[in-house]
Amino acid sequence: MRSRKRQRLWIACIGLILLGAATALALNAFEDNLVFFHGPSDIAAGKVEQGRLIRIGGLVQENSVNKIANTAKIEFRITDGVAATPVVFEGILPDLFREGQGVVANGRLDANGLFTASEILAKHDENYMPPEVVEALKKSGQWKMGGGAAPNAAGGNS
Amino acid sequence: MAEAMASPNPSGGFFHRLANPARFQRLSAWLMPWLVLITLGCFGAGLYYGLYASPIDYQQKDTVRIMYVHVPAAWLAMMSYSTLAISGFVALVWRHPLADVAGAATAPIGAIFTFLALFTGAIWGQPTWGTWWVWDARLTSVLILFFMFLGYIAIRNAFDDRARAGRAASLLAIVGIVILPIIKFSVDWWNTLHQPASVSKLSGSSMDPAMLRPLLIMAVAYMALFGVLLLLRMRLELTRRRVEALQMARAGAATP
Repeated sequence: MRSRKRQRLWIACIGLILLGAATALALNAFEDNLVFFHGPSDIAAGKVEQGRLIRIGGLVQENSVNKIANTAKIEFRITDGVAATPVVFEGILPDLFREGQGVVANGRLDANGLFTASEILAKHDENYMPPEVVEALKKSGQWKMGGGAAPNAAGGNS
Repeated sequence: MAEAMASPNPSGGFFHRLANPARFQRLSAWLMPWLVLITLGCFGAGLYYGLYASPIDYQQKDTVRIMYVHVPAAWLAMMSYSTLAISGFVALVWRHPLADVAGAATAPIGAIFTFLALFTGAIWGQPTWGTWWVWDARLTSVLILFFMFLGYIAIRNAFDDRARAGRAASLLAIVGIVILPIIKFSVDWWNTLHQPASVSKLSGSSMDPAMLRPLLIMAVAYMALFGVLLLLRMRLELTRRRVEALQMARAGAATP
């Protein structure tokens, strides 16, 4: 009786170890295909195919947002701190969209390197603060605009 | 472990004494009013602080209040699955009837917490991100967790023989444990639209204390609610099995 329980325990433990190993291998193989968005650096390095529907993510570059006259279009650049991609978009922007904010744009890249977005999503960062705390941080000069670091498309979020 | 493996007798280890259904019924009956009290108290305080007496977020404004319902639901979804997998492991290896009952009782609770996390997440995502749903690694892996709870329930109901159903469902629960690290670290391993962890990270919480406090109160409320629902469902299931056993015994006695 006791030995059968022990046998089942061994089988279960070995099974779990094998399962863990298999999962780790599978995830490792998935790594590059599971990205939700590419970064401007990937585009600069030519890793992104033209004309295909893709997402690019990064921060909206400071002083780059520009309404194109006589149209409903806006243009801006998405940057990851290394490279920047020009984006043009026509449609409704999320409330959080502004310069310095993390965004993910869904669209296509043309031969000139211009990204035409059909959808813009705001990326919220992990910081939660009341407005008064932000004011205090700004006053003391400790405020990092837009949550700080640009999202890194290659290695996850952090 | 050694205690649980000892032969079942009344003077055995702690787990064995707990695993005795009659003892469990007594202990859970004593525990229940306290858990209900904690649930009501913490939900009252947590909802008051979270929805009314806490500051707005500098970016999300009042939308941040969804977090007080969403984040604990997601935590509890994962805790429910841990309970399901551990119950499955104990039920398979040591064949404890109480572990089997615990697994059967946990699955619907876990499914509801997971659904709540997905639902409140969508409501938060629409104003914040600009979309109800995206197929990023975090959201997709939580959706898979939801389907795994449903799959567990389906397997339990697919067999006429309860022992076989329990073994098959337990095996699914154990194999599915790999989803938990994937959910937890999805936001670190891959780039996702979902933000990385705010509370449980090495460099300390990146959430203001005025928001962290109601969140933690809500987390305690959810955990106590989980305890109440789990004990209720386990007691119900034990009673049902006892009634069935008595009916079988009577039917056996009637036909010689």
